[in-house]
Amino acid sequence: MGRAVTPVERLVGLLREPTGAVALPLTEWTDVLTVARAELLLGTLASRVDGLAVPASVARVLADARAEAEETRRAALWEANRVARALMPLGIPVILLKGTAFVAAGLAAGRGRSIGDCDILIPRATLPEAEALLAQAGWEWVKADPYDDHYYREWMHELPPLIHRERDRMLDVHHAILPPTARPKPDAAALIAGAEPLGGGLAVLSLPDMIVHAAAHLFADGDLTGGLRNLWDIHALIGERGCDGVERQAARHDLSDTVARALRLAHAIYATPVPPAYRRATVIEQLYRRRMLARDGWGRGRHPVTRGVFYLRSHAIRMPLPLLARHLWIKWRKGKAAPASE
Amino acid sequence: MRHHVTLRVGPVGFRIGSDWRDPIDAVTALYRDYPRADFADYTVRLEATSPIRRRFRPSIHIAGDYRLPEAAPLPLAQGLLAAELGMNLQMALGHRRHLLLHAAVVARDDRAMLMSGISGAGKSTLSLLLARRGWRFLGDEFALIDPMTGLAVPFPRPISLKNESLAVIPPDSHTGPLLTGTPKGDIRHVAPDARAIAAMDRPARPALLVFPRFGFPSASRVLPPAEAFVRLTQASTNYVAMGEAGFRALTRLRAEVPAVALDYPDGAAGVAAVEALWDAL
Repeated sequence: MGRAVTPVERLVGLLREPTGAVALPLTEWTDVLTVARAELLLGTLASRVDGLAVPASVARVLADARAEAEETRRAALWEANRVARALMPLGIPVILLKGTAFVAAGLAAGRGRSIGDCDILIPRATLPEAEALLAQAGWEWVKADPYDDHYYREWMHELPPLIHRERDRMLDVHHAILPPTARPKPDAAALIAGAEPLGGGLAVLSLPDMIVHAAAHLFADGDLTGGLRNLWDIHALIGERGCDGVERQAARHDLSDTVARALRLAHAIYATPVPPAYRRATVIEQLYRRRMLARDGWGRGRHPVTRGVFYLRSHAIRMPLPLLARHLWIKWRKGKAAPASE
Repeated sequence: MRHHVTLRVGPVGFRIGSDWRDPIDAVTALYRDYPRADFADYTVRLEATSPIRRRFRPSIHIAGDYRLPEAAPLPLAQGLLAAELGMNLQMALGHRRHLLLHAAVVARDDRAMLMSGISGAGKSTLSLLLARRGWRFLGDEFALIDPMTGLAVPFPRPISLKNESLAVIPPDSHTGPLLTGTPKGDIRHVAPDARAIAAMDRPARPALLVFPRFGFPSASRVLPPAEAFVRLTQASTNYVAMGEAGFRALTRLRAEVPAVALDYPDGAAGVAAVEALWDAL
């Protein structure tokens, strides 16, 4: 006798094999849709099951999610257009990353995808001019705090986040795909050199580099919150275009282990068609899988210990221990001091 | 979650879960006459701020599909208010199927009057008084405009009355508990009459837009289309998020429905004024 399928496992099953939606009873849909929202995968699920016979009340929620994703896509492309226009004087195409790149390039990974900020990659040498151009065009710093600003500029692979004062949309300007403090050293110049122009002053990474970046982003950024969505990006990119060149680019960017782990996890969770060498998950990856599926039908995180370990680990990956200790100490002290200063 | 209820209001199913029994009991009692549902469009969670706080100085954190991270917790005694705020949040942050206007809606013969205004403009009080005079109550918090048909879809949640307007609650009403000392003062929820709930699947065609202001000498002014449009965009919580569908719904409403700004000094004068406007249509 097997244990009951959890709502998050049901969601993963529907993403893998959407026809299962037809047989899913109405009473189970509330949990599945709640989990899909919590994982930012509702639009993706809606696009996967589009056209299948589901109960009318479920169909309404899914139709809403598709409409919302379409609006998200339109807004993301408009924002990219505005950024390209602002940065035109640089004389180089602006490389889009993540969600905006997927929709701009018309990739399956972009179908139904939630897109928050606009993420771009430009050469580090152009940063001062780019900052000035963006400021002229209406982007402002979000973080007024001098420590945060200094922290970003000293230790991060991106500028402090910008927000457009009229459109209220966030822009992340990257000059690399991992912080300089991370152990792997991706070759930002090679990423930029290999990018593929889309026209309109925009470009996207080559497909293998896109997969490498998605893998780096999956593990390096945050504590695997949003992991299922980020892993879906990798699954959809490979499902549509295959894996050719991914190992070579992973090696070039010092990310072979990261990419291998991402491929094994994608296969373990989404049955992604990866090369045979990546079809068996390690014990550690079973732990990753547990972390990524740690959510109940109310959308709440489960397994607090597993989550806590991954939270600490995410910081340890990004910073050497002494730097991490200093950073957490400063943040903690500022957290304590904040109410008194208001 | 340990305690929960799933119910339907108009076109929307809500699932409300709680770490404690009391808030769910309060919701169940107030929503006694609403249908229970097998499916929820939105989930609201009323959670303890930490495991210890479930029992010791219990304090409700409002979460769900959509949430405001900086929202302050409420004491357990205000559980019903937490549930209502949670439901409003899901709609304001998540709902895209209808254009949402911060407005009260009442109808006669399936023709609707929308009353839009800031908190304190008297929307709830006016809609309660009008319902007592035979108008059908469609909602006092959100007007739901179907972008395809332009119709106002009923969303008849319990009416939330505050402070001095508590005095207008008729004694035979089905109400929730009096909630004192909330962030907005004293609050009591009044369930809509049985007729409003029975007709909650029957939409109405918008026929008049009123922008009331309570506490001013009686005055009224027909709004030019551009001003009505701007006021409606300000009254909508999802106009921007809906994109073109929101724009089309709003321009249609503005084009088809006359709009009036109305100042009134007290409840009786307000009711008389909106009924006069209605009769003059």
